[in-house]
Amino acid sequence: MQIEKQISKKKPTYFREHQEAIYKSLEDKHATVEIDKSDPLATRMTLNMGPQHPATHGVLRVLMELDGEVITKCRLDTGYLHRGIEKMAENKTYQEFMPYTDRMDYLSPYSNNVALCMAVERITKIEIPERASYIRMICCELARISSHLLWLGTMIMDAGALSYFLWTFREREKIYDIFDEVAGNRFTVSHSRIGGVNNDFTPVAVEKIRRFVKQFPDELKGWHKTLDRNRIFVDRNNGVGAIDHEEAIAIGLAGPSLRATGIAYDIRTFEPYMHYDEMDFVVPTRTEGDNLARYYCRMEEMAESIRIIEQCFDKMPKKGPVRVDDAKKSYPSKDEVYYSMEGLIHDFMMTDTGVCPPAGAESYHAIEAPKGELGFYIQSDGTGHPWRLKINSPSFSNLQGLETVLDGEMVADTVVIIGGLDPVMGDSDK
Amino acid sequence: MNTDTRDSILQDIKEFLGDDLLELNLEQAYPLLRISGSKIYDTCRFLKNTLHFIYLNEIIGTDRFTSEDRFEVIYHLISLRDRQRIFVKVYVDEEDPLLPTVNDIWKSANWHEREVYDMFGIRFEGHPDLRRIFLPEDFKYYPLRKEFPLLGVPGSLEMPNTTPDHD
Repeated sequence: MQIEKQISKKKPTYFREHQEAIYKSLEDKHATVEIDKSDPLATRMTLNMGPQHPATHGVLRVLMELDGEVITKCRLDTGYLHRGIEKMAENKTYQEFMPYTDRMDYLSPYSNNVALCMAVERITKIEIPERASYIRMICCELARISSHLLWLGTMIMDAGALSYFLWTFREREKIYDIFDEVAGNRFTVSHSRIGGVNNDFTPVAVEKIRRFVKQFPDELKGWHKTLDRNRIFVDRNNGVGAIDHEEAIAIGLAGPSLRATGIAYDIRTFEPYMHYDEMDFVVPTRTEGDNLARYYCRMEEMAESIRIIEQCFDKMPKKGPVRVDDAKKSYPSKDEVYYSMEGLIHDFMMTDTGVCPPAGAESYHAIEAPKGELGFYIQSDGTGHPWRLKINSPSFSNLQGLETVLDGEMVADTVVIIGGLDPVMGDSDK
Repeated sequence: MNTDTRDSILQDIKEFLGDDLLELNLEQAYPLLRISGSKIYDTCRFLKNTLHFIYLNEIIGTDRFTSEDRFEVIYHLISLRDRQRIFVKVYVDEEDPLLPTVNDIWKSANWHEREVYDMFGIRFEGHPDLRRIFLPEDFKYYPLRKEFPLLGVPGSLEMPNTTPDHD
């Protein structure tokens, strides 16, 4: 009796106000609907999922109120991975901040680097060499494939098939090898620089990418063969987590999740950056808006990425600089730094002060990251540090959508829906 | 970007706002308007219903660190039909930072407004669920305000004791 009393009276030890507030918020959701409070069969319960749940892809906590097996309403608790990178950005030069972006959406670091560098280049009006932007495009598309591969592996693992995780990671391993050769790092690449990229492709890197581009479509075809008509997979995803396009726009879904509802909103065609306007590719869309549609969109996007990489190799200039040759705008090359006095001074100046956008300038630039629109809004006060740097992250928008998508679904589908929306907490929690 | 459409949209906005359009910045890639704070709700409804800016991309808070009109809030809107992006900015004063919510215009404003509240302490009147989004409710500071120290405030959050004999 004593113990029972203790258990029922047990209050959360830490963050009491926070816990009370979130439970109250769950209680208040859809409060206009009159609910019969009596529950003779005791089918109603509140379930906490996460933050340490393997299927939440990080540290996401979902509070659900269940009626039997149906989720009547849910609330998300985010912020377990909040590191305050916007605050950190205000105390760093733009180039110093770039490695932090690797740690945001850690499944596609290259896209984040490029997004930040392009935002800074826009506000400081730097034109980058053509070869550099093709290198960025190729690597961004590789990052997209890499991110979608992880989504595929984990989402199917959540649906119950373990072997895909191994197969997709075998392909991811090849992309890691490519990035190792290109940037010197496998995972957190930090290869892009303001005003270009760090170094050119080596012949080995080109060979590795070409080999990957050649063999990957076959792999993709094999997966399509085993999944598209797989009874268990289709039953598990068809009609699950469905949302129509009006609702999707209203709750602000981003990326493939939005395109799966029929809105062809892709920054690569909406406002082409780099050389995407010269590329021949389609933006895959579906109209169903359910998990299966998201699966098809992402799978087709991977095939389109391969096409873009092939076209980039055809169109990119064979030789040329990969970084702006202007010491006021970009780091000098290492040869210059080691063998000339001016180079060393410029290197020091870039590290100490960095590029300085004009005072009072504010600008926004977005790219299409694998998960949706990733944009940086920068306000400058004329120094080398941003006055304010706001990150518009796709996972944040998608998680907000999850709160609506989950209502009315079965509790067993939660993991599949989270897997299908593909949030990354490092991106969402900033 | 189609400049004709942009010009006609800006013309419509100018006609709607009149004197309440305080500043129009066309030097950057996207038009940036500053309007008076009292008109923000009406302007947002006008932008959505008449000019088809149906997609609210984000809400940005900024600390200008001035004695008057200390904070600014920027609404980032997209018109998918006209392929336009627009930034609408309002200033908020430090004493009683309060804005009307746009939650009933765009449902997606919910979390973005919560983020601005969490980081700057700007409250949104009429918001259905104005809680902090990243930090726990027990935290009493607004971290993106400029006076908040980079290293944080020691002891501001109760943390678990990590020694093994702790109860």
